[in-house]
Amino acid sequence: MATTENLPTAEAERPIGFGRLKRKEDARFIRGQGTYLDDIRLPGMVHGAMLRSPYAHARILSIDTSRALAHPNVAAVITAKDLETLGLAWMPTISYDTQAVLAGDKVRFQGQEVAFVIATDEYSANDALQLIEVDYEPLPAVVNARKALDPDAPVIRDDKAGQRDNLASPLWEAGDKESTDRAFAEADTVVTRDIIYPRCHPAPLETCGIIADFNPATGQLDIYNGNQAPHAHRTVYAHVAGLAEHMIRIRCQDIGGGFGNKVPVYPGYVCAIAGSIVAGVPVKWVENRTENLTSTGFARDYVMRSEMCAKDGRITGLRVNVIADHGAFDSTAQPTKFPAGFFHIVCGSYDLQASHVQVKAVYTNKAPGGVAYRCSFRITEAVYLVERMVDALALEMKVDPIELRLRSFIAPAQFPYETTTGWTYDSGNYAATMQVAMDLAGYNELRREQAEKRARGELMGIGVSFFTEGVGAGPRKHMDILGLSMNDGADLRVHPSGKAVVSISAQTQGQGHETTFAQIVAEELGIPPEDVEVRHGDTDRSPYGLGTYGSRSTPVSGAAVAVVSRKVRDKARQIAATMLETRPEDLAWEKGRWYVKGDPEKGALIEEIAARAYSGEELPEGFEGGLDAQVIYDPPNLTYPYGAYIAVVDVDPDTGHVKVRRFIAVDDCGVRINPMIVDGQIHGGLAEGIGIALMELLSFDEEGNCLNSSFMDYLIPTALECPDFELGETVTPCPHHPLGAKGVGESPNVGSPPAIVNAVIDALHETHGVEHIDMPCTPARVWAAMQGRPEPPQ
Amino acid sequence: MDVSIVVNGKQVTRDIEPRQLLVHFIRETPGLTGTHWGCDTSNCGACVVLMDGAPVKSCTILAAMCEGHEIRTVESLERDGRLDPVQQGFHERHALQCGFCTPGMLMTARALLDENPDPTDEEIRIAISGAICRCTGYKNIVSAVRWAAEHEAAAKHGDGLRQEV
Repeated sequence: MATTENLPTAEAERPIGFGRLKRKEDARFIRGQGTYLDDIRLPGMVHGAMLRSPYAHARILSIDTSRALAHPNVAAVITAKDLETLGLAWMPTISYDTQAVLAGDKVRFQGQEVAFVIATDEYSANDALQLIEVDYEPLPAVVNARKALDPDAPVIRDDKAGQRDNLASPLWEAGDKESTDRAFAEADTVVTRDIIYPRCHPAPLETCGIIADFNPATGQLDIYNGNQAPHAHRTVYAHVAGLAEHMIRIRCQDIGGGFGNKVPVYPGYVCAIAGSIVAGVPVKWVENRTENLTSTGFARDYVMRSEMCAKDGRITGLRVNVIADHGAFDSTAQPTKFPAGFFHIVCGSYDLQASHVQVKAVYTNKAPGGVAYRCSFRITEAVYLVERMVDALALEMKVDPIELRLRSFIAPAQFPYETTTGWTYDSGNYAATMQVAMDLAGYNELRREQAEKRARGELMGIGVSFFTEGVGAGPRKHMDILGLSMNDGADLRVHPSGKAVVSISAQTQGQGHETTFAQIVAEELGIPPEDVEVRHGDTDRSPYGLGTYGSRSTPVSGAAVAVVSRKVRDKARQIAATMLETRPEDLAWEKGRWYVKGDPEKGALIEEIAARAYSGEELPEGFEGGLDAQVIYDPPNLTYPYGAYIAVVDVDPDTGHVKVRRFIAVDDCGVRINPMIVDGQIHGGLAEGIGIALMELLSFDEEGNCLNSSFMDYLIPTALECPDFELGETVTPCPHHPLGAKGVGESPNVGSPPAIVNAVIDALHETHGVEHIDMPCTPARVWAAMQGRPEPPQ
Repeated sequence: MDVSIVVNGKQVTRDIEPRQLLVHFIRETPGLTGTHWGCDTSNCGACVVLMDGAPVKSCTILAAMCEGHEIRTVESLERDGRLDPVQQGFHERHALQCGFCTPGMLMTARALLDENPDPTDEEIRIAISGAICRCTGYKNIVSAVRWAAEHEAAAKHGDGLRQEV
């Protein structure tokens, strides 16, 4: 077991291959020399600003842009009418719904896009927004997802032919109802809980933005944009704007965080493109923080009712009913065949007899979204639910929550394990990982401390969660987005000097791809990682692939890079055989060198082979020359990382304030390519998990006004809310990934909220009888629960 | 109106709108886009620069208010090809991921160490609590500032500073 406290050795810091290599990308960032979207200025560029609806639901009676157009610095004002003439008034969402680019007949959420102003500078564009006059007729708003299907609820999507209610997608089921009913009938303990995973927001520190630069002379559209899936965006623009895909180039330079928020195409992007086509100059649009929080992809918003049962001391069955609030347009992010994402992984890490899951999605007068905030398509909601339910069951059974988990885990010998909802988990040894977490935490000692504190009237809680995720979407036969298979390409070229360029379709937003992917090539070819340049973020210079989200970079693109490196290595073997005047099968590989079996002195270094590959000297029969290869990787399955998390909290008895005193995270993500980067990913996700559990919330009043539209009231944890995280690891390689690696980036966000909420309940249950508090566990909510008062309505 | 501000030791004079924010004034100076904007409300700290040596959030200061003052941005940290210890520390301890908050964090850390060369971890956490990092969970930032403090102290005693990146 390793912890972050073990300082790396000098050797480990300079690996040829895997290890704690410091990041290549740091050099520009620590000098303030990153190139984020807003840092780019093109000659003749003008600026866009968006007018947004103040109402959650209203009919638009008229829009008068004349005063805005009279502003001396305004070049154009675009409304839905103008877009209609271009065929751009509506755009497809990533869930096969449609979304208004600019509202024409009605606005359907507060903050919806109504008009787009283009001016010479940002200040003027924003001034001109105040000069546009829109006459609205307010309509009653549907805010509460539980009431969206009431017979008297106003129909939000009357733009859709045949839509008579607010059902966004039909009832979707997984698992088996009958066998689940049977498990419950045979059970000796059953618990029921209503649990909300509230609406929150990824809120990357850099907001969303775009520069669109259409060249009318050539028909070329250049786009600069920080998005997580540039190739998929290019295809969408080709469909939306009717432009030729090969004449669109998208460049994503440095991206100031994404966390799922930068997966979708937003109306502002389409308006900037339309603006550039109309105005013939580059148009930049960068949203402000309020726009980011109130109009771009939110996350979660699952209203859940669940029952869990046990028999003979272990968990046997699970029933879940979900109402998913998708907002005014269904733009949730998930593969096509999975309308509730991967939520049905809700059976968790347990060997259940049966489970049954039902999800119903509704429209409400709230911003569209349902993106995966550092999560593989609704797994966060699933893990939160199951891990809260296990704790509820443990309370009912009066058994230690870890004990109940240990009794119910899938055993190592059961892998590959088919879950009751149809997933095939690849590998795991859950009890071993749980034990490492208990040791690191000093679990028994913590329980003693808790008892002592309780006797003194202090409120301390210990919370556990154990998660299994399915990440790395995904196999072509099961998974696509908008018909695009979720495969990734990789292209590796070794130059005559032995230095290499690898082009990937994954899109970093801070994950350190330029370092990690160079390490994969280094490991496979035996050349130093500093001699490998990782190229990404430019659709003209990288192979097609679906980008970075759902922890898919290492599972899919990482595998692609390993496979393409091996192809190059095999090619090098052929060349080496010619160089060494032997047969390829008589050669053996050591890092960076092919040598003759039985005569290790006789060999060829990869750089010697590269030089030969481009030379005028003899090459193998029929060999084209050069040392390069390309692949498209279709993963055979998802990878299933898992982990055991323990949170220790103190609750202030006078205020209800929760302080996370310790957080222990033991992750098993298989083989770690760069353990330093993996640790960093885990730290970051844990901080987000603390935010979600205790602070982050998008809430609305009855009229649909968003109450958390800036960082003044959408609270993000600072260094003072985060403890000094304590990490540990176990390593259970993925059997089907070429490197044995699994995804990890999202695990900490997935696993930490239930650990923290479980800790809060653990602190309060015995003394105050509290059974559940919905997130975020703010002082007001915790205090209300301590007084036995109902929670404030959501 | 004409405003004249010393930015990283150079006098920058420009005719601006009175309402122009300092962050925009800085970012419109060629080559100085290291100072970022993240929130509008003084919460995130991506825009922190030093004004006469003290950290300020440049998104909530008018450029006009800086007439005659000295502003230091992240671009001034590296001197004569030598990184500032806080820059080196952030690299050594993996204290940055997407890099967007990094300039503000670096300037905040620089101001802290100028004021308190040997801060405790708690003092570091308080000092950076006006800045949001969405990627690192702060643990490695605290460690990086400690690294800088220790190496700065060592450098003063003639042990020198390892220079990479």
